[in-house]
Amino acid sequence: MSAPTLSTSEQPEARIRRASGSRPRATSREAFLRALRHHLSAHSFLIGAVLCFSFFSWYPMVREFLLAFQKTEDGRTTWAGWDNLRTVFADPAFWQAWRGTLLFTGLALVLGFAVPFVVALVINEFRHAQAYLRLLVYLPVMLPPVASVLLFKYLYDPGYGLFNSILDTLHLPQQQWLQDPDTAMLSVVIAATWMNMGGATLIYLAALQAVPGELYEAAELDGAGLLRKIWHVTVPQTRLILSLMLLMQIIATMQVFTEPFLLTNGAGPEGSTTTVVYLIYQYAFNFNDYGAAAALGLVLLVLLAGFSAAYVRLSRTADDA
Amino acid sequence: MTTRTLISPAQLGRPHARYVYWTVLALVLVLFTVVFLGPLYWMVTGGLKSTQEVVQSPPTLVPGSLHPETYSRAWEVMDLARLLFNTLYYAFGALAFQLVLDVAAAYSLSRLRPVFGRAILGMMLATLMIPATVLVVPQYLTVLDVPIVERNLLNSPWAIWLPSVTNAFNIFLLKRFFDSIPRELLDAASIDGASRVRTLWSVVLPISRPVLGVVSIFAVVGVWKDFLWPMLTLPDPTKQTLNVGIYSLASGVPENVLIAALTIASVPTLLIFLVFQRNIMSGLTAGGLKG
Repeated sequence: MSAPTLSTSEQPEARIRRASGSRPRATSREAFLRALRHHLSAHSFLIGAVLCFSFFSWYPMVREFLLAFQKTEDGRTTWAGWDNLRTVFADPAFWQAWRGTLLFTGLALVLGFAVPFVVALVINEFRHAQAYLRLLVYLPVMLPPVASVLLFKYLYDPGYGLFNSILDTLHLPQQQWLQDPDTAMLSVVIAATWMNMGGATLIYLAALQAVPGELYEAAELDGAGLLRKIWHVTVPQTRLILSLMLLMQIIATMQVFTEPFLLTNGAGPEGSTTTVVYLIYQYAFNFNDYGAAAALGLVLLVLLAGFSAAYVRLSRTADDA
Repeated sequence: MTTRTLISPAQLGRPHARYVYWTVLALVLVLFTVVFLGPLYWMVTGGLKSTQEVVQSPPTLVPGSLHPETYSRAWEVMDLARLLFNTLYYAFGALAFQLVLDVAAAYSLSRLRPVFGRAILGMMLATLMIPATVLVVPQYLTVLDVPIVERNLLNSPWAIWLPSVTNAFNIFLLKRFFDSIPRELLDAASIDGASRVRTLWSVVLPISRPVLGVVSIFAVVGVWKDFLWPMLTLPDPTKQTLNVGIYSLASGVPENVLIAALTIASVPTLLIFLVFQRNIMSGLTAGGLKG
């Protein structure tokens, strides 16, 4: 099988060699010049992207490390060693921001990880209106964040918001939502889940459609009910994608900024919605302490590196499969 | 034959089960419509309510009196024409830069295989492992004073366009697609004496339309949805994007005007979505697996 395909793919090259008039045994000088020309022209295609990466990605990466160990005062940059990290760790806001971030990540995993999977399971069962349901779930993803966030602010309003009047008609106690330190973060997560769950749902749906139907049949012959079928067939069959999405969500939610920033001005009541990235933002752009911002960024980077590495390894497995 | 799912076709075939199926479907349709379309309905009608009605408790489901002029007020008061134009300008500029530079890079890495090509690709992919928010501070400092050329890009569209090119995921997606183009096709072009640019333009790009479509849509939507970066790099109110402009004006205008502005800001990306939903959804699942 492979031999003929090999020969056809080699043939044209031989033809090119003949067509371009070069003899099979070119002098080494000629070969070198030809190779040089080839590589120069190949690199000319790359140069634009490489320059952009150099200035806006690779250089900032190096600079992040340098900044974390430097101090800039009155325009003079000096080596600060571990001082920035010490400052960051000594700041009471550090622990508060980590509590906020972990609370957000935890709640977002319960809601943002489970809800799209269940929604995908439900949509997948219907033989009708699937396109419409898919469209609905993805609709909020396309809204500019300022629109969905300010819309939720208006829905959450304790005075005239829709949510409280729904609670009222159900004879349930009204909530302060974003104004109460106990419910503020949950309210942020609910809004964030509504805004972002579309992508995950569609990915799960695609994965569910690849589960072979015979497995369900076999499970039924063994007398498995609905929940057992989900647990013993669906989950193992979609495990790879479930774990990839879990890692991706951890990485993404630990970097949350926009939602709490827009919904509760970042800190929230009694600092209940402060997150690590908000604290980075504050160090850099409110206190002009780039060293502390970079040091805190480095802490976040180190913590997320493990998840990123796991993600890359797992997606390679997914590629090979 | 459709692929079977959790519930077996035999189970669904029973008359009783059919009744249950349609009831559950109807319930799910209503629930999903309320959850996902409801807030949008609330937004569109909120912009039509009068200033008193919008802050009235309990809220009204259907506006008591229609005030379409709220939309024109929002358009004028918040200078939405300018914000919309700015956002379009940044989004399509970023799209142009990404298409030209990322496509050229992916083509070179996939087909021309220059020396150090693998290392360069590896370094590009490595940026995917660094959390994006960690780089915001050093990127901001770079924009303030770009090294070597020593330019300040604050308030300039370049601050949006150039960093948008550093999208390793785009390059990866394009490269994978270019890798899959049969060799014979490209060899035929070069036998006909086509230059590399010409081969790229008239052989590779026409085949790559689906992946180019996906990259384009995500490029435009990416700029449309971004908040933190434009807020930092475009402090001049006349240069801001919709997200940043509306946010900074939000507290100064009546509720109904603000909600009308949110509706107007949402229309363009919703339109893009409704027109290109097939491409967006297929692109999402194609790219969803790979990082």
